[in-house]
Amino acid sequence: MSYKKYRYLGSSIFTLVLGGCSNLELLSPKGTIGEHEKSLILLSMGIMLCVVIPVVGLSMFFAWRYRASNRNATYAPTWAHSTGVEVVVWSIPIVVISFLGWTIWRTTHELDPYKPLVAGRPAVEVDVVALNWKWLFIYPEYGVATVNTLSIPVDRPINFHLTSDSMMNSFFIPQLGSQVYAMAGMETQLHLMGTVPGTYMGRSTAFSGPGFSGMQFPTHVLTDDQFAAWLQTAHASSATLDGDAYLGLRKDSEDNPEALYGHVAPHLFGDITTQYDCRMQNSLRRVGDVTRCDVHAAVMENQ
Amino acid sequence: MMFGKLTLDAIPLEQPIIVWTFAAVAILGCAILGLVSYYGKWKYLWSEWITSVDHKKIGVMYIIFALIMLLRGFADAIMMRLQQSLASAGSPGYLPPHHYDQIFTAHGTIMIFFMATPFILGLMNFVVPLQIGARDVAYPFLNSLSFWLTVMGGTLVMMSLFVGDFAAVGWVAYPPLSELGYSPTVGVDYYIWALQLSGLGTTISGINFLMTILKMRAPGMTLMKMPVFTWTALITNILIVAIFPVLTATLALLTADRYLGMHFFTNELGGNAMMYINLIWVWGHPEVYVLILPAFGVFSEVVATFSGKPLFGYKSMVYATSAIGVMSFFVWLHHFFTMGSGANVNAFFGIMTTLISIPTGVKLFNWLFTMYRGRVRYHSSMLWSIGFMATFAFGGMTGVMLAIPGVDFLVHNSLFLVAHFHNVIIGGTVFGVLAGMTFWFPKVFGFALNEKWGKIAFWFWFSGYWLAWTPMYVLGFKGMTRRLNHFNQPDWQPYLTVALIGACLIAVGIVAILIQIAVSIRDRKANADVTGDPWGGRSLEWSLPSPVPFYNFARIPTITSLEQHWDDKINGVTAPENVHYEDIHMPRNTATGFVISVFALVLCFSLVWHMWIPAIIGFVGAIVSFIVRTYNTDVDYYVPAEEVAEIESRHASVVAGGQI
Repeated sequence: MSYKKYRYLGSSIFTLVLGGCSNLELLSPKGTIGEHEKSLILLSMGIMLCVVIPVVGLSMFFAWRYRASNRNATYAPTWAHSTGVEVVVWSIPIVVISFLGWTIWRTTHELDPYKPLVAGRPAVEVDVVALNWKWLFIYPEYGVATVNTLSIPVDRPINFHLTSDSMMNSFFIPQLGSQVYAMAGMETQLHLMGTVPGTYMGRSTAFSGPGFSGMQFPTHVLTDDQFAAWLQTAHASSATLDGDAYLGLRKDSEDNPEALYGHVAPHLFGDITTQYDCRMQNSLRRVGDVTRCDVHAAVMENQ
Repeated sequence: MMFGKLTLDAIPLEQPIIVWTFAAVAILGCAILGLVSYYGKWKYLWSEWITSVDHKKIGVMYIIFALIMLLRGFADAIMMRLQQSLASAGSPGYLPPHHYDQIFTAHGTIMIFFMATPFILGLMNFVVPLQIGARDVAYPFLNSLSFWLTVMGGTLVMMSLFVGDFAAVGWVAYPPLSELGYSPTVGVDYYIWALQLSGLGTTISGINFLMTILKMRAPGMTLMKMPVFTWTALITNILIVAIFPVLTATLALLTADRYLGMHFFTNELGGNAMMYINLIWVWGHPEVYVLILPAFGVFSEVVATFSGKPLFGYKSMVYATSAIGVMSFFVWLHHFFTMGSGANVNAFFGIMTTLISIPTGVKLFNWLFTMYRGRVRYHSSMLWSIGFMATFAFGGMTGVMLAIPGVDFLVHNSLFLVAHFHNVIIGGTVFGVLAGMTFWFPKVFGFALNEKWGKIAFWFWFSGYWLAWTPMYVLGFKGMTRRLNHFNQPDWQPYLTVALIGACLIAVGIVAILIQIAVSIRDRKANADVTGDPWGGRSLEWSLPSPVPFYNFARIPTITSLEQHWDDKINGVTAPENVHYEDIHMPRNTATGFVISVFALVLCFSLVWHMWIPAIIGFVGAIVSFIVRTYNTDVDYYVPAEEVAEIESRHASVVAGGQI
């Protein structure tokens, strides 16, 4: 085989391993956070492979070179200590990990999901509720909501507020970037921005029961015109998500079809997150908490 | 009160897979019972094994139990692989979610609690007292109790297959899913009580081995003269004693929620599920070091022995092991970086986690330099060790990647994560215990395992591992989440098909191990180890005859160097003639450990089904058995010096005969 053929073979393996990235969703991100995290993956993996591959290679080589049948190899049956070698074998991982530790400190602050993204254009607020077993998305600024489908404008920061009204789930759109847990009675935050229009799959990654596999949703990253048009369609929908409709929606169901609500009760998301707090009136409270809050109120009164 | 929630409906007759499994188990069980009766071995089984307090026999029973549970856990694994390879293009596959969810929960629970942990405990049981020149462990009766409690925990998991159902919540049973409101069946209760039984057993074992190693070393064996396997066992048992009570308490809180109407972890009434998630990982992360450190110990012994050199950098190894043990307590939060904690918290736990790779990396280098300028013999236990080095390094790398919060935000709960921990558990723990089993087998039974089948097993496991888990890493990068029952991404299917083929190769590897054991028993005369030192061993256990006499050491040796046996061989030190033996003090066998555990099983099974009367019987029975035992003063005896002399001289003549 000629040199050229070797080079061809080499480059095709390289293409398969790295060039195949376009098939690997995490390595072909379509958002700013995802882009940043992709380079972090490649950086950390690259640095560590510089040590791991030689170590694995050397362990194979030593095992072969010093095989018992090879009487040409030196045999040093008592050699078991060398300060020089020890210094080197402690230093190599210390150097690598020092660099990675510094990288962790830096990138963890840069990539903090709670940190708002700075872009020249106004952000869009989206409230996310994990239910059994579907996702509810509320657009508080526009007064519309969807189930199991998410539409966001391209190149505008999206401020997600996440909660759950049942199990803990994890909200994740692989090609846009980070995931964050959605937990009942708590509100978490996530800031993402899509940079390439298209449709990307999103889903829950934290197992939440029998309907878990169906907890996925297409995420449509739309151009401004498309997003405006989508908002018009949404507003035109006659479906309303008020307290009663929500109580029906939060009942267990699997593999829900997509749904669109043209009107949403204004404080729905706040009611969902604060339903365990007895200091506020809340129509979403479940039976046990109603009792507890009654007791709570009685105790407060006696004081 | 008598039968609680238990009715005939609890037996899942409508599920053909379970009915057929039950039929197979019943037939096999009857066949085994029949054979034992036919050969009249009941008394032998009872007096020599079930009631034994001999650490060697308990070690063997632990490993037999672990191998049986490996078969069960692997059956679950291959069912999952089949389901996912069928269900990738929008098809529902052959397992409905409720069944599939139980299978992945059982797989994780069994492999961690009833396969890996017992296998590790089995090796420690057999090896540690022999390496430190002790005649048994510190508390022989508690050792028997530990073992039987673990077995009863495993029995409870197996019973859930045929009576009722098992948890369908994932192997760490996160609330609120594992709470009564969302998991109303007995599945989670089976999970809780099985883990409480085995957890209690493991805690007692940890105390036992900690005391054994600290108090029962032969004279002259300072801590820095202990073999590395014993060192790893020491750190492991410190971890066990520190963390298993946390598991017990966490599960007790979950039990209070499910049984007593409390709300520690519920959504309602002020509970907080994240508290459970923190607590379970305070136990869970050190637990993975409980599984890997003894495997590191095995590799250290094997690589040194088969390279014909002392372990390179013994002190480094000891400090590295201790450092890992300490640091393992400061990393638990990396299991949920995505909880929404601040950047400072995430960065701290991320950096702490990557720091652990420093001592781990040093260990890899030290094994490397142990082979350097050695005379490497490719015994199958050495193949497992080299295979480990080639595999584990990559698992370490992906572990560090997962420890970087920015990367974890993408691959958390993905198949990349699942591939990572199978990379380190199969490539580390499983390869380690199988290397250990091969390495010490002749010491246990007096004959070596068949090499041909051992090598076949290794190559199938090794290639099967890589074929099964490389595509899983790739699928993680494709955004595939763990625990999916069905999905409609057709481009995942080729990878899952390759993974299924890999799992089948591992299945061949497991069968090869079973064949290896059978063939070795058949050819035991040809493979007999008469010298007691078949591999050119370096530590104390190889100075003993194979199989080891029940009292281990006829005379307790005095330790003067780290590799006592090797140095004795080099310096030509032989056993003096006409030695004077003394009476040997030994513990008596007792059925109490077994009896308490049977009562504990009755108690836990009854609690699962809310059968209060049998539960009281089980509880009182266990307590009363223990009290009765405390009044028994006849717990030990002396082996007369003449009997010791006779056994020793018989061995000496066999060795002499073997050398002619």
